[in-house]
Amino acid sequence: MTALLDLRGVSKTYSSGALEVAAVRDVDLQVQAGDYLAIMGPSGSGKSTLMHIIGCLDVPSAGHYSLAGEDVSGMTEAQLAVVRNRRIGFVFQQFNLLPTLSAWRNVELPLLYAGVSRSERRQRALTALGRVGLADRVEHRPGELSGGQQQRVSVARALVTEPDLILADEPTGNLDSASTADILALLCELHEQGRTIVLITHEHEVAAAAQRIVVMRDGGLAEPLTPSQAVVGR
Amino acid sequence: MSWLETLRTAVDALRTRRLRSALTMLGILIGIAAVMLTVGLGQGAQKQVTDQINKLGSNLLIVSPGSSPSAGAGGVRGGRGTVGTLTMDDAAILADPAVAPDIARVAPVSSASLALIAGTSTWTSSIVGTTPDWPAVRARTLSEGRFFTADEVIAESPVAVIGSTTATQLLGTTSVVGQTITIGGQNVTVIGVLTAEGSTVGGDQDDVVLVPQSTFAARLSTSANPRSVSTIYVEARDAESLSAAYQETTKALLSSHGVTVATQDFTVSAQQSIVDTATSTSRVLTVLLSSIAAISLLVGGIGVMNIMLVSVTERIREIGLRKALGATPTVILRQFLVEASLLGLVGGLAGISLGLLGAVVLPSIVSFPVAISPVAAAAGLLVSLAIGIAAGVYPASRAARLAPIDALRSE
Repeated sequence: MTALLDLRGVSKTYSSGALEVAAVRDVDLQVQAGDYLAIMGPSGSGKSTLMHIIGCLDVPSAGHYSLAGEDVSGMTEAQLAVVRNRRIGFVFQQFNLLPTLSAWRNVELPLLYAGVSRSERRQRALTALGRVGLADRVEHRPGELSGGQQQRVSVARALVTEPDLILADEPTGNLDSASTADILALLCELHEQGRTIVLITHEHEVAAAAQRIVVMRDGGLAEPLTPSQAVVGR
Repeated sequence: MSWLETLRTAVDALRTRRLRSALTMLGILIGIAAVMLTVGLGQGAQKQVTDQINKLGSNLLIVSPGSSPSAGAGGVRGGRGTVGTLTMDDAAILADPAVAPDIARVAPVSSASLALIAGTSTWTSSIVGTTPDWPAVRARTLSEGRFFTADEVIAESPVAVIGSTTATQLLGTTSVVGQTITIGGQNVTVIGVLTAEGSTVGGDQDDVVLVPQSTFAARLSTSANPRSVSTIYVEARDAESLSAAYQETTKALLSSHGVTVATQDFTVSAQQSIVDTATSTSRVLTVLLSSIAAISLLVGGIGVMNIMLVSVTERIREIGLRKALGATPTVILRQFLVEASLLGLVGGLAGISLGLLGAVVLPSIVSFPVAISPVAAAAGLLVSLAIGIAAGVYPASRAARLAPIDALRSE
């Protein structure tokens, strides 16, 4: 069986003037469907760049990346938009909810770009909000919700398209410890329901929630760790 | 994403920035309203001038004494009225169907400004000596009484037909027909009153006293040659024969005066040429005013572009998020284009409404007609939509080109 995510020799270099900076170097990484992977690393290790490539927000300069059997390395911006829409649900550190829209209007956005009808969008958005325990907050705007609740809305938005992959970039970075535990429990629950999750974090406690951990250092992958090692390694 | 969804998203975006959207539309609104009003004023003025000139009569040629440098091509007649070269004989020649078959009627006119007395009232008015064809040639009717007859002209009868202004000023509201008025020491009997016409380019058409030409020549004229007339109005058979009538008039008078085109001592001007001159003058003014208004429309368009650019900068994170969630560059381009077009379109609609309101309200304030042109309204709508689209293209393409990660990263 082919992996859901298959990165082979993926590199990303940025050139600023004459200087070439390799943010990601020759990364090989496979993630099977149903995995819960954490990518760890200090800031500057290239984990954000790797997350952008995995999330199809950027394309690698070298190497190949297949998502669900589809090579996305050479796709155009428009094709990547379609792949992101169909296959990936994003959870961002900054939540990235639109402040002028109510919770359910935020959750329906990916469906809007997928061309789903208005009535179905609302119904699916309400179901997704129900799954994250916000059935009674659907008409609230982000400003009227707590940080933890806002992140739940963005998890609902990531779920609503039933994507192959949920990609969470420092999802607890802006949350207090109670909300952090809350969101991590939610991600675990989704994993148990069979979702594939890739979590990017620099916190050991957060990474410990995952099934598998890889550590990035200077743009490359270091030794893989088990979750217990992550806690010990603190 | 369908156009309908794009439109909904754009409406939402504009509604959340109500004040700014309204202020942006204001530029377009003022521009469109200004263009509509200036075009309306110009057309109104043109129509008023044309109507007034047409009130003089239809298919009309005006023969005046004196030559014109532009030989009757325009309304400027140098030396007009300064020489008494036209006489009743000229009128008689033109009225002869053998000489001028395309001329239907001829009305020679002599005039003088004289004091009128009726009882204790006095009034100074224009006294016009003419022939019975005058009402037909000048397209005038009588509200009371009758016009004088050919017999009365031959008999030099002391009768007069007066305008409604003269009647009111001199005789009040009492029955006018049958009253006697004194003109320059001569008693004349009022036999008819002209239907009110209003003012035209020639002044108040209702302040006039018409008497038989012979009566005028014999008893009232101050001219050295009592047979001289100040103007001969010539009516062609129809619009098609106007040009032929023009030629016949010129030819007949040249031969009867024994002059050549170079030494021509009279001027024939077609009413149409006066209309054309007046129309072209007001058209130049309309174009001038409209161009000024169009500049304000352009400024409004630049305002839309400015606001859209600010909006793109402000919403970089939103654009990045929408792209991350699956909006293609085309969808983002459309969204911003639709927003800009909506600003233009709604601003344009409001401008047209204001322009229409102005066209209805303004005439009662400035007593000047303002034409409502559906063409100008439709054009205004198209132009405002085009301005919105044109102003939106650059900001929208900038939004579409934003890389989602750069956009998401920005604070």
